[in-house]
Order: sequence, then structure tokens, then C-alpha cells
Amino acid sequence: MSAAPLRTSLHDRHTALGARMGAFAGWDMPIEYAGVRAEHRAVREHAGLFDVSHMGQIEVHGAGGRDFLQRVLTNDVSRVGPGQGQYTLLPTADGGVVDDLILYGLLDRFLLVVNAANIAACLDRLREQSPPDVEVLDRSPEVAMLALQGPAWREVIGPLCATPAPLALPYTEITEDQVARVPCLVARTGYTGEPGVELMCPAELAPRLWDALVGGRVAATPCGLAARDTLRLEMGYPLYGNELSRDRSPIEAGLGWACDLGRGGFPGAERMRREAAEGTAERLAMIRLTEPGIPRPGCAVRHEGAPAGTLTSGTLSPTLGVGIGMGYIPRALAAPGTPVAVDIRGKVKAAETARRPLVDTNPRKGDPE
Amino acid sequence: MSEETYPDDLRYHREHDWVRVEGDEAVFGITWYAQDQLGEVVYFDPPEVGATTTAGESYGELESVKAVSDIIAPASAEVLAVNQGVVDTPEVVNSDPYGAGWLIRVRLSDPAELDGLLDAAAYREYLAGSQAEG
Repeated sequence: MSAAPLRTSLHDRHTALGARMGAFAGWDMPIEYAGVRAEHRAVREHAGLFDVSHMGQIEVHGAGGRDFLQRVLTNDVSRVGPGQGQYTLLPTADGGVVDDLILYGLLDRFLLVVNAANIAACLDRLREQSPPDVEVLDRSPEVAMLALQGPAWREVIGPLCATPAPLALPYTEITEDQVARVPCLVARTGYTGEPGVELMCPAELAPRLWDALVGGRVAATPCGLAARDTLRLEMGYPLYGNELSRDRSPIEAGLGWACDLGRGGFPGAERMRREAAEGTAERLAMIRLTEPGIPRPGCAVRHEGAPAGTLTSGTLSPTLGVGIGMGYIPRALAAPGTPVAVDIRGKVKAAETARRPLVDTNPRKGDPE
Repeated sequence: MSEETYPDDLRYHREHDWVRVEGDEAVFGITWYAQDQLGEVVYFDPPEVGATTTAGESYGELESVKAVSDIIAPASAEVLAVNQGVVDTPEVVNSDPYGAGWLIRVRLSDPAELDGLLDAAAYREYLAGSQAEG
């Protein structure tokens, strides 16, 4: 990673707003603008806008695309018709995780939105398994992606849409529209737990889209990656590189719901089926401190004085005002409400395991019944 | 967020801490530069009243959402009081680092140590130099 950091097509917007920039997966990204707590609150209570153009877009073309994806991804691709989206995993040969991603069905192709750090690994893993009638294309360099998240997302984007289709879109689905005269894929997905959309457009047109979303009568608040992390952690959403890796199975990570074990037939399915039946030694658990302190990744978890795993993420919850984290701990302790302790640089802080999400929200909030 | 300032009535430590001398007592805090590097402060882990600080060593921690920073004592001292305002609303360290964002009040053990600290002009020069290197 010694090469110069990559810049999104919105880089000058971020610097003009005075963002604190930082390195993330080889990119120079906005960490925070006005401050992580104000940004976090904007998303929970109104609307925030994130530049997530570092994320990868991989297209799968060809008549054999659906069968191919059904063989290489964990979730059931037969449920993904045109206009639909699905959270799924790309497994290693032995049942670890190459990446977690959203698979979208479009009219003539599939679109996979993958993590920035894993674009090359996903392309390699897909291409090494793809048959001759399937083409795997990397669209990441030419695609910008913005996430508009928060309960007021419809008021922000509504006046800018060419058609009412985005406003009526059910959670996880995807459509095409013009937003601020920019051709976009509009998907009802996100990583904050709030309702909202993710917008993908040609990179060179993203500044116009950004300006319209932060500059309208109802404006979204620019939000950086720091708030993205606190928002996802309050929901208990795993982050690749923290909770997910090639060394951990989806079952340990609590992602069995995204693995179609009844069908099987994808790499690692046998291991996952066995783990789901017998249980794994450790499980990913949500942890909440019951006294002041901020847990961090790498902090040791203890139970009755004995070592009981390690935190993979940790922060101060802006909504709750308490330290929260996630970590792999012995399965017997993972049930919500179990008293544990977290060693924060030598100071042992009382904590408990907790049910996800930690905040009372969900991304379908405000949708028509 | 506040404007970048380094008041003339303070002495500065190279680890980006300030001290305001008031007789044989003094007040410690962190500089505008330190709070800007840290980002929005969300947690202050203070020393106990009655504890001692050692010049150049950590006496507590400030945390932003993303990072933890040791707070380095600009001088050896006994802790007389902790700013409960910062414990309760840590972001005042960002909005008012030299006023409401003070961290501890102390009794200096060896006022001669203050001679090793920088005045505002020298600290500004030190910042300019270290930024040019980086």
C-alpha cells in the first residue's frame, strides 16, 4: 500500500467542506466533517450523505450467470429476480469469507457491490470459478456511489427524482432513475440501520448529485466514515476485516441466515452445515459496557476472571452514550445478558452481552405497510 | 470547532499540552493542535485527585471515536481537582481547549521544570517545523 492513495470523484467536495481525511483501504476518504456525533445523529434523526465510491461494483454477464452465482455464493440466488437485492457471502474453498456483499438482479446482468479492500480478491475468486459463458467485469473505477441514509431520505431525494419510482421502492430492491438529471441505479440498501438509498452513477457526474443532495431545500448532512462505523456497530452489522475474514465461517459470525444450507452446493457448505448443527466453539457477540469506558478492537474479553475471547470492533455508541463492541467469545457466553468484562489497556470494565440491534430502528421504518 | 490559537499567557510542552501557572498552582490542558489531531473528543479518563503527575509522562487519556491519546503532563505535580465539565461533556475540549476544556488543576512539585517548556511563539515555530517534516 505504498502507492499514492486513491481519490473519489468527490474529493474536492470533501476538502472544501473541511473534512478530516484519512486512509481507508488504499483510498483518501472523509473521516468526519462537523464531527462524528452530529453526523451520527443526523442519520438517526434526519438524513446523512456518505461518499462510498471506494466500494467495488462487479458485473456478471452471460446466460450462465445465475447458475454460476448460485454455485459460488452462499445465499439463494433463485430469489433474486430483476430489481431485487440480497445480502450474501462469497466463501473461500474451505468455508471462510472472501467478502460479504449485496447481489442485485438487473434486467440483463447481475451487480455485486463489494468492499473496497476486497475488489481484487472478489474478482480473482469469481474468475477462477467462472465458466466460459459468463463474463465478470470490474466497473469500480467508473462508478461513484453515494449512500443517502436516514428517516428523511424521501424528503431529500423526492424533489430531485425524475419519476416517483425510487420513493416507492421496497427495502433491498433496486431501480433506475434520473436523480438531479444524473442517471443512477437507486437501491433501497445501506449500512446504518436507517431507511435510505444507495445511489450508483457515472463517477464524473457524482459531484452534481452530491451538490443537489446536500444543497436542496431539505438537505442531507455530509457524513464521514467515522459515523458510518458507529452507525453500523450500533446495529451489530459485521465489517469485513474486523468481524469477517477468511479464517472465520459465516456460522461463527451469526450469518447463517445468509447461507442457504438446505440447498448447499457452494464452497464450504458442508462445513457450515456441520457447524450449524453442532455449534461452533466461538460466536460473534454484541457487547455493551455497564460502566464508563470505550472498548477497542483487540481488547480482551473476560468472564469470571478467565480469558473469553477478543473484541473485533469497539467504539462509544453516540446514541446510547456507552461503550459498545463486537467480538468472538465462547458460544456458551454469547447469549444476550451474560455478564462479562473487557480489559481496556489494563483497566477491567464491567460489560454484558447484548441483543442486536442496540438501538430501536430498522431500515424499513416509514415504509408503506 | 474553535479557531487555531496559542495564547501568550501559557507555556507549552512538545507533546501538545499547555500549563497556566497561577502562583504555586497550575492548570493543565491540551492545545488546539492536539484536539484538532484527535478529532471530536468523546471520553476523558482523568487521574484521581491526590495522584501525582510526572513531567513527560501520561496522567490520563482522551478519546475520540476513533483514537485514544495519552495526556502528557507538562510538569510534575499533585492533582488538586479534575474538570468534571470535561468528564460530563468531553467535546468542550474541542470547542474551548484553553477555557472550559481545561483538564486538571495541580500543585506544582518543581516550578523550575517550567523553564524547559516553550512559550507560545516557540511552540508555534515547533508546530511549523514538525508539520514541514511530516
